[in-house]
Amino acid sequence: MMMLKPANLQAEPATAGPEAAGAEEVGHPARGTLLYLDGVTVSFDGFRALNSLSLVIGQGELRTVIGPNGAGKTTMMDVITGKTRPDSGEVFFGGDTDLTRLDESAIANLGIGRKFQRPTVFENLSVFQNLELALKTDRGTFRTLLARLSGAQRERIAGTLDTIGLVERAGAPAGALSHGQKQWLEIGMLLIQDAQLLLLDEPVAGMTDRETEQTAELILSLAGARTIVVVEHDMEFVRSLGARVTVLHEGSVLAEGSIDHVQNDQRVIEVYLGR
Amino acid sequence: MTGALLDRRGWLLFLGAGLVLLVLVPLANRATADGSALHLPNYLVPLLGKYACYAILALSLDLVWGYAGILSLGHGAFFALGGYGMGMYLMRQIGTRGVYGNPVLPDFMVFLNWKELPWFWYGFDHFSFALVMILAVPGLLAFVFGWFAFRSRITGVYLSIITQAMTFALLIAFFRNEMGFGGNNGLTDFKDILGYDVQAPSTRLGLYIVTVIALGLCFLACRFIVGSKLGRVLLALRDAESRVRFLGYSPTYVKLFAFTVSATMAGLAGALYVPQVGIINPSEFSPANSIEIAIWVAVGGRGTLVGAILGAAMVNLAKTWLTGVAPDMWLFFLGALFIVVTLMFPKGVVGLAQQFRDLRRRRLLAGGTP
Repeated sequence: MMMLKPANLQAEPATAGPEAAGAEEVGHPARGTLLYLDGVTVSFDGFRALNSLSLVIGQGELRTVIGPNGAGKTTMMDVITGKTRPDSGEVFFGGDTDLTRLDESAIANLGIGRKFQRPTVFENLSVFQNLELALKTDRGTFRTLLARLSGAQRERIAGTLDTIGLVERAGAPAGALSHGQKQWLEIGMLLIQDAQLLLLDEPVAGMTDRETEQTAELILSLAGARTIVVVEHDMEFVRSLGARVTVLHEGSVLAEGSIDHVQNDQRVIEVYLGR
Repeated sequence: MTGALLDRRGWLLFLGAGLVLLVLVPLANRATADGSALHLPNYLVPLLGKYACYAILALSLDLVWGYAGILSLGHGAFFALGGYGMGMYLMRQIGTRGVYGNPVLPDFMVFLNWKELPWFWYGFDHFSFALVMILAVPGLLAFVFGWFAFRSRITGVYLSIITQAMTFALLIAFFRNEMGFGGNNGLTDFKDILGYDVQAPSTRLGLYIVTVIALGLCFLACRFIVGSKLGRVLLALRDAESRVRFLGYSPTYVKLFAFTVSATMAGLAGALYVPQVGIINPSEFSPANSIEIAIWVAVGGRGTLVGAILGAAMVNLAKTWLTGVAPDMWLFFLGALFIVVTLMFPKGVVGLAQQFRDLRRRRLLAGGTP
């Protein structure tokens, strides 16, 4: 059923690092990957949202994940970011950090950023302040109390405002932005957070065609330097990214490969694309 | 956006309020003749001092409710604990002047046939020790309580309910004579504070001045917190807690900080309150008291700090007046006030003033030709 068994993807023989936590046994398949999920199962009241899901993402990879409603896409994000603990299975980040033992804020500080399906920005804060909070800094409570923005940090925020095209709206409350602008602001927050791994849940939902195009450009320009996982329904958008596609169905991987490969897969057509 | 505690207009208002409360009020009390229209009678001084205590208490609630979205309905407990700390110091100052003339044991302990001072009364004969306890006990309770509540991610109405339960539990505990805090009657019959007679008009004026200064300092401390990056994290928590978590901040610690600071402030307010009203008893722990604090803040406008101070002053002025004129009506009035404010002026008095200002500006802009 699975096209690629994670175990076969093992990139390099392990040289166990000093803080290798759960994957220290020599040759653990998680070594050399950026994100590694194996046999992850999550049930809610008997409903299996994830059913022995296995997925491997390499460093610098751009990956799109598609699947019908209820396929487990958002639950997968929840497991990676620590919101939901899996009933069983392994989740490793950077080859040796066991994500199932950490909470949301610890995982965020490892460099995993998440954009929610519905854009969630801090509506009562200005665009600038939203970025200020996301800016990678010491997250300690007292450090935060006494924090002052340095010149370099201000420039960093200005640079990010430029990247996401919101320079003119810097002082506006984030709640006053259009839907598409909120999506961008949230992406900007991930960028300034210095996330290594960006998890984007439906980044172009509710965007105009033009905005969708610009978002695709933005994501493509980031790929390589950062690892990006995009969950999306919009097939045109998925095609424009030209990345490897993973199809989820009923909580596990149904197919994986290029968009053309996936679109011609008979099972995928049955459950998702063909009608 | 960052930096300054207050803008220029803010500092002017702050200093103006300070001038009125710290210079004009004492002058009106001391430097005017008894019959003069400008004279402030002695009995009104502790009343003003009481309002200032309530204002500190309201400020402390606004910090957690208005900014972090934690509606604590147990802030009266922190206030009362601070009050008991001060009460214990004042009891120890009575010495042999009590009814039973026991140099160590307060009257109620002699009455209960206790032979020695309970261990937790040790040290309260020293003002500095009492002062530390006044701040530390409410702070510690808030820290421990908050640690369990915030770590378990209890928010919203559930948190409000358990804070009510906390203050109710303390109410019942302090009612018991065996607790060693004077039971039902609480602590009273105070004689002097730091060697000054608590009843003397000059001492009362002094207490009033200290309370107003404390209010000013608490206000600036709150301004500092809400104007910092941490203040913006608090606001962010109120709007989208899970997003804050996914940014890598720990909501538990951020809330714990605000809650503990707030409880310490409430304890200070309680400690300043007790010598001015001359008594502390378990009724201060009653759940209704804590709810009233939330009403002051709501009336003034939450999340504004200034609103909390104004709300506390206005509602308590109304209370003083109404309980004098029509005592039975007070609770109905309070309930109605809360409903009206919540439904019609969700931003309170400060929000209303803001709306008027906006309206006038718009009229001025639109009405170039009348």
